[in-house]
Amino acid sequence: MSVAPLTPVLTQDWDHERSWTLDSYGDYAALRSALRMEPDAVIDLVKGSGLRGRGGAGFPTGMKWGFIPQGPEPDGTVKPHYLVVNADESEPGTCKDIPLMMATPHTLVEGVAITCHAIRAKQAFIYVRGEVLHVIRRLQAAVAEAYEAGLLGKDVFGSGIDIDVVVHAGAGAYICGEETALLDSLEGRRGQPRLRPPFPAVAGLYAAPTVINNVESIASVPCIVERGADWFGSMGTEKSKGMTIYSLSGHVKNPGQYEAPLGITLRELLELSGGMREGSELKFWTPGGSSTPLLTAAHLDVPLDYEGVAGAGSMLGTKALQIFDQTTSVVRCVLRWTEFYKHESCGKCTPCREGTWWLVQTLERLEAGKGTEGDIELLLDQCDNILGRAFCALGDGATSPITSAIEHFRDEFEAGMHTPAWELFPYEASVAWTKGASA
Amino acid sequence: MTVTKGNDSGATESQEISVDQNLVTLTIDDVEVSVPEGTLVIRAAELVGVEIPRFCDHPLLSPVGACRQCLVDVPDAGNGRGFPKPQASCTLPVSPGMVVKTQVTSPVADKAQTGIMEFLLINHPLDCPMCDKGGECPLQNQALSHGRGETRFTEAKRTYPKPLSISPQILLDRERCILCARCTRFSEQIAGDPFIAMAERGALQQVAIYENEPYSSYFSGNTIQICPVGALTSSAYRFRSRPFDLVSTPSVAEHDACGAAIRVDHRRGKVLRRLAGDDPEVNEEWISDKDRFAFTYDRQPDRLTRPLVRDPETGALEPASWPAAFAAAARGLLAADGGVGVLTGGRLPVEDAYAYAKLARTILGTNDVDFRSRPHSEEEAAFLAHAVAGTGLGVTYSDLEAARKVVLVGLEPEDEAATIFLRLRKAWRQNGTEVVALASHATRALDKMGGRLVRTVPGDEAKALGEAGLEAGTIVLLGERLARVQGAFSSALATARRSGARLAWVPRRAGDRGAVEAGCLPNLLPGGRPVSDPEARADVAAAWGVTAVPSTPGRSTSEMLAAARAGELGALLVAGVEVDDLADPQGAIEALDAAGFVVSLEVRTSAVTERADVVLPVAATAEKAGSFVSWEGRRRPFGAVFERPHALSDTRVLAGIAEAAGRDLGFRTSVAAGAELDELGLWDGARAPQPEVVPGRAARTDPSEVVLDTWRRLIDDGRGQDGDRHYQATARPSVALVSAATARAVGVRDGDEVVLGTERGAVAVPVAVADIADGVVWTPTNSNGLSLPRILGAAYADVVTLERSPQARPEGQPVVEPEATVDPSTSPGLESKESEL
Repeated sequence: MSVAPLTPVLTQDWDHERSWTLDSYGDYAALRSALRMEPDAVIDLVKGSGLRGRGGAGFPTGMKWGFIPQGPEPDGTVKPHYLVVNADESEPGTCKDIPLMMATPHTLVEGVAITCHAIRAKQAFIYVRGEVLHVIRRLQAAVAEAYEAGLLGKDVFGSGIDIDVVVHAGAGAYICGEETALLDSLEGRRGQPRLRPPFPAVAGLYAAPTVINNVESIASVPCIVERGADWFGSMGTEKSKGMTIYSLSGHVKNPGQYEAPLGITLRELLELSGGMREGSELKFWTPGGSSTPLLTAAHLDVPLDYEGVAGAGSMLGTKALQIFDQTTSVVRCVLRWTEFYKHESCGKCTPCREGTWWLVQTLERLEAGKGTEGDIELLLDQCDNILGRAFCALGDGATSPITSAIEHFRDEFEAGMHTPAWELFPYEASVAWTKGASA
Repeated sequence: MTVTKGNDSGATESQEISVDQNLVTLTIDDVEVSVPEGTLVIRAAELVGVEIPRFCDHPLLSPVGACRQCLVDVPDAGNGRGFPKPQASCTLPVSPGMVVKTQVTSPVADKAQTGIMEFLLINHPLDCPMCDKGGECPLQNQALSHGRGETRFTEAKRTYPKPLSISPQILLDRERCILCARCTRFSEQIAGDPFIAMAERGALQQVAIYENEPYSSYFSGNTIQICPVGALTSSAYRFRSRPFDLVSTPSVAEHDACGAAIRVDHRRGKVLRRLAGDDPEVNEEWISDKDRFAFTYDRQPDRLTRPLVRDPETGALEPASWPAAFAAAARGLLAADGGVGVLTGGRLPVEDAYAYAKLARTILGTNDVDFRSRPHSEEEAAFLAHAVAGTGLGVTYSDLEAARKVVLVGLEPEDEAATIFLRLRKAWRQNGTEVVALASHATRALDKMGGRLVRTVPGDEAKALGEAGLEAGTIVLLGERLARVQGAFSSALATARRSGARLAWVPRRAGDRGAVEAGCLPNLLPGGRPVSDPEARADVAAAWGVTAVPSTPGRSTSEMLAAARAGELGALLVAGVEVDDLADPQGAIEALDAAGFVVSLEVRTSAVTERADVVLPVAATAEKAGSFVSWEGRRRPFGAVFERPHALSDTRVLAGIAEAAGRDLGFRTSVAAGAELDELGLWDGARAPQPEVVPGRAARTDPSEVVLDTWRRLIDDGRGQDGDRHYQATARPSVALVSAATARAVGVRDGDEVVLGTERGAVAVPVAVADIADGVVWTPTNSNGLSLPRILGAAYADVVTLERSPQARPEGQPVVEPEATVDPSTSPGLESKESEL
């Protein structure tokens, strides 16, 4: 490597002493300058930076903000605008928002304040996954600190602008990461996706115009305000600008978060993380969590940006790189993921609810070596009947690991018709960490 | 006027398609079709003859897109671009130039639908041979038309313990449920009772009830009917029959004046269930639980099956032949010294009512005929003659839905006219109609209609009408208990005239409006002809071929009963009248005892039949054809569900009596009676004068007294609801509502018991402190064994004493307490066979 590809920006201060405190973080200088700008100028700045949603879909953030209708409704009423931060990080393999909120929650809070100003919202909600209680507490403490310092609340920095932030804990449902299910959950209902249209930008939280962004997207805003769109655009690729956090897990020497410009390759990331664990070689990996079709060693040099991964037939997703070596049974792995989707399907629509229930039972047969002739075709047909038929993207995501695994490792599924996966791939061999070992 | 236009159940102006709707043209399966803007693709497809399979979709519920069964291919959304994925046609509105390919022309859509159907069936038990729904099941039907022949699913299905009782009346078999959420959406959107909801997630998602809020809804039965599988079943009907063994008859609900269309299913001479009929102009596709479940009253052990004549020697009622009974009745009525009073009650079809009205005028020679078997007033009779009788179709359900404002006076629609309640809730939800109630307190129904309360002490309605903000186009619905309020009808007429508001009278009983039209009032001849008008009398006399009809205005129900008590009335001819419904039940009993001769035409044994000299058993509603006239003035004809050899209609019995008297009533059948009434037509002469009664005021009370506010709950002790314990178990417990100030004055707290008393008697009822007018107590008229007319002799707006129980009770008067209600948890209904008679 001629140039160190790491570009720590969001992760820059993670190792600072008490990095989660305001003292350590700073004085919200970016917010101060943003408040001196017109809201539309902030939106234009973010548009110009090329920042795209870091939650998976990669929708341009500034453009999303621009969809919020300004001025009164057709009937003359004026509705409030809301900012909702999706901090319900629960995609298997994804671990970037949680450590960010744990280490430097003020990056997010400052981003929230700037975004509120840009979209003319007086109220923001951060919807945090309920299981991560320690993160919720850090975030709540950070928000409290910011209020105390006058960085939130009434008349922030004497600008006449009011910004209120509520940290809301979810109750442990993957579906609540789906933005409309998140809104229902936030409103106190069962988290199930809503019919669209109307889209949240028009009728979101409490039927008012709402922007919903991922934690990392919002946390990226202060540095753009501070250092400019050109600086941000100098990193990454033409259509996927800026830096982002890649989370590596699995059979690598040093799993963790690696902040690098978009477009870095897995080969480079593996070098940075010390390579595969001792004596192992890459078998397959997910580029962005289990909902993105898995890739193989043939894709080591695919640029990890939105276009690059799409070109390889997968999706950048949440940049959750789960790395599996030759000891792993792909059938077993896919079954575990499918069990997750079955458990997390909200139940609203038929294909996802019933399909995941059935997929698990079919895969269990194959894992146990009790598959029958035609089971692979059956799996593919089940997936075909779910993909694009479900109410939201959860159903689509559930099919990705199965269809891609069959595409790349069909022989392992065929082996499932006579030999249990645990005989072909003794499970002890793929355990990433020896029992009782510490990092 | 519908009464005169034959059996036309009412094409009205609101049915006309408005031509200014924007039409959108699209192509479905290569057929071009134009539909109104906003139409969903699934319904546009129906217009080109393509039925897309569906489960969660229901035209009267908001789209949800949950079951995904109705997926179609949309190669062009109208903008030149297609959707990459199949689209749910139940949530997709049409757009100009759109191209849709359904299962008929698109292999993609067809495979998508087949795939969804397969998914739906993997966890469905396929227990069709023992399921109530088998034979009429949308899942069964559509699985056959759009499913695979063989299953590929060989693993374990999801199972649950079965069934779950979600109310005393409704059972849930969770493994059958396909989670379409029709029942939960109905309860939330249409009924406003969101007490069932989806719980859990994934394949374990299920319909659930709340821990502390029972599924208490007057409309719960509709969920059984719209369930597209057999997941929701009726406790009473479960495992009783197969749809293909049933004979269905379209009919009209006989329990209120709403005219709701129903379907009656019977097998081997017994009604097994009733369903909502589909009438967009009236009840849409919904009926109340009373209309659905209360149908076993006509097969109770006390059903009268043969004529009875009192033996002069033993004094006992003895069975007699029909000719003998006719002869005895004719003899007694003609010989009556001082004339005959005719009480017809409010349950008769208009044809039967007409037979009584004609018999009274022609053969008995009297205007002493009154249908009002409840508190009534002279002002009310004048109001009916002036503003209701012979006015034809007036305010309609469609008018309610389109109105900007609807004012309810003396009417609680959820209890007293359930179809009106549903339509007003819809009007509020969809069109923002403002509902205003003049009442002592805001009921839950008023909340569900988004309504506003103009707090009114019973008796103050006439005055309060001025505060309701009537304007042109406002619709005012007047309930029958305004007969207890001096000046209410007069003020309503005057205020409406000034403001341009429209009035409608909403009686409680199915036969009330028909009786008005048929002339069962002392001041009215058929077709709205005033007795006092010589031309009207001549008109009727000519039609009937008699020289004259009596010119003296007759006596009202209470005047007739008073006259009978005083020995001034020789005989009474009584149709379905329950003495406990009358203003003074005790006085009525005395009158029956004092009258020289009583003829009773009844379905079941009653206080009247016990005191009658001749008892003539008549057909219940299901056993005869006829028509009701709804509160709208809409003629609602119904056919006989089945014929019983010994169940004669009232008309046939009256014709028999006339013939035994050597006279001819002019018809023997309901059809002929109806034809004669139609031919007579409506009165086009001068209308009866407008009543101008000075407005009264609510009664003044001293500290130990309160004004009684009361009405009959939808589900109560009415005899028309006898015989179904599952249904009875859904009745709401009795309660006395008082304000905090009144409670303090009486010295009671929430949950204590109060005693309501009059000089007649006393009832003890648990008290609930509510936001109700001070100095008022509300308690139901006839619930849980507490009949206020019978025990207290008190009615709406009367003064009663209110005391803390069990302190000093009125001397010598036993205090009657409510009967225990059935515990829903102990009535799952699987083993109940005793309702089989």
